[in-house]
Amino acid sequence: MNALEIIDLQKVYPTGVKALNGVSLQVKEGDFFGLLGPNGAGKTTIIGITTGLVTLSSGVVKVFGHDISNDFEAARRLIGVVPQEFNFSIFEKVFDIVVDQAGYYGIPRSVARVRAEKYLKELGLWEKRDVASRTLSGGMKRRLMIARALVHEPRLLILDEPTAGVDVELRRGMWEFISKLNKSGVTIILTTHYLEEAEQLCKNLAIINKGLVIEHGTKKELLSKLESQTYVLDLDKSFRGVLEGYTVRVLESGMLLEVSLNSEQQLTSLLVAIRKEGYEVKSIRPASNRLEELFMQFVEVKK
Amino acid sequence: MSGTMKAAPGIHLVGEGKSSFQQNLVSMGTILRKEVTRFLRIWMQTLLPSVITMTLYFVIFGTIVGSRISDMGGFSYISFIAPGIIMMAIITNSFSNVASSFFGMKFQRSIEEILVSPTPVWAIILGFVLGGVARGLLIAVLVSIVALFFTHIVVAHVFYVVVFAVLTALVFSLAGLVNAIFARKFDDVSIIPTFVLTPLTYLGGVFYSVSLLPEPWYSISLFNPILYMVNGFRYGFIGVTDVNIFVGLGFLIICCVGLWGWCYYLLRKGTCLRQ
Repeated sequence: MNALEIIDLQKVYPTGVKALNGVSLQVKEGDFFGLLGPNGAGKTTIIGITTGLVTLSSGVVKVFGHDISNDFEAARRLIGVVPQEFNFSIFEKVFDIVVDQAGYYGIPRSVARVRAEKYLKELGLWEKRDVASRTLSGGMKRRLMIARALVHEPRLLILDEPTAGVDVELRRGMWEFISKLNKSGVTIILTTHYLEEAEQLCKNLAIINKGLVIEHGTKKELLSKLESQTYVLDLDKSFRGVLEGYTVRVLESGMLLEVSLNSEQQLTSLLVAIRKEGYEVKSIRPASNRLEELFMQFVEVKK
Repeated sequence: MSGTMKAAPGIHLVGEGKSSFQQNLVSMGTILRKEVTRFLRIWMQTLLPSVITMTLYFVIFGTIVGSRISDMGGFSYISFIAPGIIMMAIITNSFSNVASSFFGMKFQRSIEEILVSPTPVWAIILGFVLGGVARGLLIAVLVSIVALFFTHIVVAHVFYVVVFAVLTALVFSLAGLVNAIFARKFDDVSIIPTFVLTPLTYLGGVFYSVSLLPEPWYSISLFNPILYMVNGFRYGFIGVTDVNIFVGLGFLIICCVGLWGWCYYLLRKGTCLRQ
C-alpha cells in the first residue's frame, strides 16, 4: 500500500508563482523516503499540501488511500509533521504543548498525558516538562517538535529539514531515533539539505527541481546513474607516475591524488594500476558525497 | 542527543475506541480548555482591567455624578446603568479574548498545530468562541459582584438576563474570530474595539435612556445594534426597555447565524491561514 500517493499536483500561489508543475510520486508504506531539491524547488509546498497548511490548485494527494481533499480527517489522523521552523507557543509549557496536540487529534487527556510522558522521556525532554518552551535550546525545540508530532502515533511521519542548524552529535542522535521509528513500522518522509543524511538514511528518493520531479526511484537506482565518482587517495610517497585512462589531479603535497572514475571504471582496477606504478595506497575516501554529485548532475542537466 | 535519546517507540495504529464525533468533541474541548486556562493564567491582563474600569464607572457615573441625576425609568440612575456597564464588559471581553488569542496563535504560527490536525472547522470555531463566552460571562459575574457594593441589583426576568448575556457574548466572540482571521498585525485586532465597539457601546444607551434623545439622534440610535443588546439585558434586570426586546433577540440570533457562517466559510477556505 502507498503511504503517500501524489498525482499531477499543481500549485500556483496567489502571487502568480507556480510552485508545483504537476508532481507525481508514490511513497510505499514502511519506506524511508527522501525528498531532495534546491531551495524553492517545491519540497515544502508538497509537505504543506499534504499536511493541510497549503491548498492545492489541482491534482490528487492520498494518505494511505484517504484523499486529503475529500477525507481530510482520516488522512490527517495518520500524519505527523515536524516542520522546518518552530511553530509552538513560546509561552506554553513543554508538557502542555504535547498534551494539547494529542487533544487536537481527539485523544482523551488521560491517555494524552501518558503518551506525552512517554515521548518526552524518549526524546530526553522529561526534565524540561514544566518549563516554558521559549527557554529550550535549539536542539531541544527540535526534539519537542518530534515528540509533538509523535504523540498521536502517526503511521506517516514527515520531517521537513529536521536537522537544519543542529550540531553533529544531535544530528546523529536524531538519525538513530528516526531510523528506529522507521524500523518499528512508521513510514518516514524526509527533506534535507544534508545529502549525506539522505544517502545514509533513505531507501527511496525523489529529486525535485522547479516544481517537477526530475528523478524518482530507489537510492541504488539513482546512484547507478552517477556518471562519475571522484576519490581522494593518500599515497605512501609523492606521485610521479602515469595512470592511463584515468582523470587524475595531483594535489599540493604530491602524496594526495584525486582520481575521477567514470561509470565503466572500477575502483579495484584503479588500485591495481597505482600499485603497478610502484605506489601504496594508505587510505581512500570519496572526494564528495555521491548523492551530492548526483544531485548536482541532475539539477545541472535539467537547467 | 544520542546519549539522552532512548530507543524509538513502537507505533500503533491511531484509534482510541471513540467515534469520529467523540474525537472531534475532544478536539473542541482541548481548544476550549486551553482558552480558559490562558485567560485565567494571565488574569492581571484579562480579568482585572475590566473589573477596575467598571468599578470606576460605578464610582464616577453611579455615585459621584449619578447622585445628582434624577431617576430613569423609575429606577435610580446607578440601578439603571448597572446592566449596561455589565453588558459593556461582556462585549469587550468576549471580543478581545478570541481576537487576541487567535491572532496570537497566528502570529506565533502555533495555529498550525490545529490546522494540521483533523479538528473540523465547527470544532475550531466552537472551541475559541466558547472560550470567549466563558470570559465574557465570568467578567459579567465579577462586575455584578462589584455592582453589589454600589447598588441593590434586582432581577426581573432571569431568562432574558441569561439569554441576552450568552447571545451577546456569542456574537462578539464570533466577531472577534472574524477580526483575528483577517488580522495581519497587532494593530488590526485593536482597530475594531477602539474605533467601532467603544463608540457604539457608549452611544448604545449604557449611560442614558435613548428616549431622552431629540430627533434625529433618537432615530439614528435605533440603527445601533448594541442598543438592543443593552436594553434587552437591562429589561432582564429592571423590566424596563427603550426598544422592543424581541427585535433585539431576533437581531442577535441572525448575527450569530451569519457570523458563524462567515467564520465557517473563512476557516474552511483557509483565508489568511492556509497559503
